[in-house]
Amino acid sequence: MSNLYKAFANGKAFVAFITSGDPDLETTERLVVAMEEAGADLIELGIPFSDPTAEGPVIQEANMRALAGGVTTDKIFDMVRRLRRTVKIPMVFMTYANVVYSYGSERFISTAAEIGIDGLILPDVPFEEKEEFEPICKQYGLDLVSMVAPTSEQRIAMVSKEATGFIYVVSSLGVTGVRSEITTDIGALVKQIRANTDTPCAVGFGISTPEQAEKMARLSDGAIVGSAIVRIIAEHGRESVPYVVEYVRSMKAGVMRGQEA
Amino acid sequence: MSNPNGRFGVHGGQYIPETLMNAVIELEEAYNHYKNDPQFQAELTALLNDYAGRPSRLYFAEKMTNDLGGAKIYLKREDLNHTGAHKINNVLGQALLAKKMGKTRLIAETGAGQHGVATATAAALMGMECVVYMGEEDTKRQALNVYRMRLLGTTVIPVKTGTGTLKDACSACFREWTNRISDTHYCLGSVMGPHPFPTIVRDFQAVISKEIKEQLQEKEGRLPDVVMACVGGGSNAIGAFYHFINDPSVRLIGCEAAGRGVDTAETAATIATGRLGIFHGMKSYFCQDEYGQIAPVYSISAGLDYPGIGPEHAMLHDTGRAEYVPVTDEEAVEAFEYLSRTEGVIPAIESAHAVAHARKLAPTMRKDQIIVINLSGRGDKDCAAIARYRGEDIYE
Repeated sequence: MSNLYKAFANGKAFVAFITSGDPDLETTERLVVAMEEAGADLIELGIPFSDPTAEGPVIQEANMRALAGGVTTDKIFDMVRRLRRTVKIPMVFMTYANVVYSYGSERFISTAAEIGIDGLILPDVPFEEKEEFEPICKQYGLDLVSMVAPTSEQRIAMVSKEATGFIYVVSSLGVTGVRSEITTDIGALVKQIRANTDTPCAVGFGISTPEQAEKMARLSDGAIVGSAIVRIIAEHGRESVPYVVEYVRSMKAGVMRGQEA
Repeated sequence: MSNPNGRFGVHGGQYIPETLMNAVIELEEAYNHYKNDPQFQAELTALLNDYAGRPSRLYFAEKMTNDLGGAKIYLKREDLNHTGAHKINNVLGQALLAKKMGKTRLIAETGAGQHGVATATAAALMGMECVVYMGEEDTKRQALNVYRMRLLGTTVIPVKTGTGTLKDACSACFREWTNRISDTHYCLGSVMGPHPFPTIVRDFQAVISKEIKEQLQEKEGRLPDVVMACVGGGSNAIGAFYHFINDPSVRLIGCEAAGRGVDTAETAATIATGRLGIFHGMKSYFCQDEYGQIAPVYSISAGLDYPGIGPEHAMLHDTGRAEYVPVTDEEAVEAFEYLSRTEGVIPAIESAHAVAHARKLAPTMRKDQIIVINLSGRGDKDCAAIARYRGEDIYE
C-alpha cells in the first residue's frame, strides 16, 4: 500500500491535476508547491502524451504545449525528485499506457516509486488489462488507481473489490473538461462502490466550481479538478501561480463545506 | 484461428477507458450471436452480392505479366465493389450488426475517405444517422470524398488536433464514442483498435481470400504462390491473407507506406520503423519516439498514413508467416501510372503500393508461378493529388 490513503485521512480530499511542463517544468514545480500550501490533498501530475484520447480540448492543448516545450518522462522524474525535498502530500502520475510501456514498465514504475510517487492513473487501462501494470505497481508499492464510470453498471463490484489507493469516479460520459452540469446520479454510483470496498472514492471529470466541489465531496470522499486549473495555466502561463492558488483555495473551501454538510 | 481475450500472440487486447468497456463487451456478445445466425448471414450475403456487387473479379493481368516477364499476375478487383474499395465489405457487416443491436447512429474515422464513403453509403441505405471524422489535412487531400459523404447525408467533421490525419480522426472517434454510446456504433474501418474490432473487421474482409481461393482454383486449379496487399491498419491485407494462413506454400506479403523512405522521418512503415507499444486500444507495433510519443507519420497515401498496424499483422510478422516490405511514394506513384497504362486499371494510390512491389518481385519468379495482388480500391479519388505530385496544377 502506498501513501495515497493519507490524502483521505483528514476528511474529504481536494485533488488537483496539472500537466507537467505546461508551460514549462519550472512553472509546474512552483505550482505543485503552491497548490500544497493552498490546501490540495493530492496532486495528479500529468505526463504529456502525443494522443491523449481520454482528454477534452483543454488538456489536449496542454499536452501539446508541454511536448512542444521539449518535456520528457526523464525530465519529469527529475522535477519530482526536486519536489519531494519539500512536498509532503501524495502525488500520482496520470498518463497513458504507452508512456509507461514504452519506457519499460518496470523501469518506469520502479523509478516512480524511488522518487516518491504514490500511484499511477492510466485512463486507457481498464480492469481487463491491469495485469500489464498492477503486479509491478504492487511490487514497488504504488497503487494503480481504478476507474468507475457511469456506464460501468454490473462491472462496479468487480472493479471496486480489487481497487487500492482510491477509486477515480468518472462523473460523466465523454472526455475530460469543464461541464456546467453533471447529470449522473453520483450518489447512487458511490453507494454501489461502497457496498464493495472501503477504498475511498473521488469524483472527477467536469468539476470546476466550488459549488460542484462541495456537492461531490458531500456525495463521495473528494473532488478531482483538472481542466479548470489547466485553463488558468493556459491563460496566465508562467505568471499563473497566484491565480491557481486563489482558485485552489476556493475549491478546497467548497470541499470542506461538503464535509461539514 | 482463435484469439482468446482478443489477443494475437502478445498483441491486441482492450486498452480503452472504463467508460467504453461495456460497449465493446456488448458488441462482442452481439457479434458472437449474429455470426452464427443463418438469417444474419443470409441478409449480409444478399447485401454483399446484390448491393455491393460481389463476388469481385479475379482478373488475369496478361499485359503486366508479359511486360514483367516472370510470374503470372492476377488482380483481385476489390476496386470494382460499390463505393470503389474493399471497405464496403466490413461496413455492410458492421452496419447490419449495429442495426440488429438497436443502434441508430454510426460514427467512423476515415483517412483517404474510402471508409467514410462506405460508412456514409451504408448509413444512407439502412436509414441511420452518420458522422465521419476526417483529419483536416486529409479533407484537403481528398476533397471529392468529403463531398461524396455529404451528398450521402453524412456530417463530415474535420479533425484539427495533432497531425490532422488518420490517427487523429481515430482519436476523435474514440472520444465521441465515450460521449455517446447508447445509440451509437463506432464503425471502425480497419483491423485495429480494441477487441473485438480486429476480429470482426477481419471476418467481414475474409470474403476476399475465400473468393481468391475459389476463383484461382477454377482458373488454375491450384493455390497462388504469393498473395500481396498494401497495409496501413491492414484490413484489405488480412482479408486477402486470411484463408491462406494455413497454406504454408503461399507467401503473404504486406506492402507498407514508406513515404519518402524508411531512413527518413517522413514514413508510415510501421513494421520497418516502429516498435512494440499500446495505442488506440491495442498492443501492436507503432511508430513512436524513445518516450512512447506517437510519431507524426507521413505517406502520399492518406489511407496508409497511420502510425500503427493491426495486431494480427503484428503476430504474423512475429511468427514470420507474413512478410512486410516498405514501398516509397515515388515507387507507388510509378506503379499507379504503370497499371493505368498497362492494364487500363487506375488503382488507388494505397493499392499501388502492392502493385509497386509486384513489379519488383514478379521478374524474379518463374513463369509457372502465380502472384495475386489485392487491388483494394480504385484510383479516381487520387488523380488530382497524383497530378499535383507530378507538377500539374489540377484541382477537383
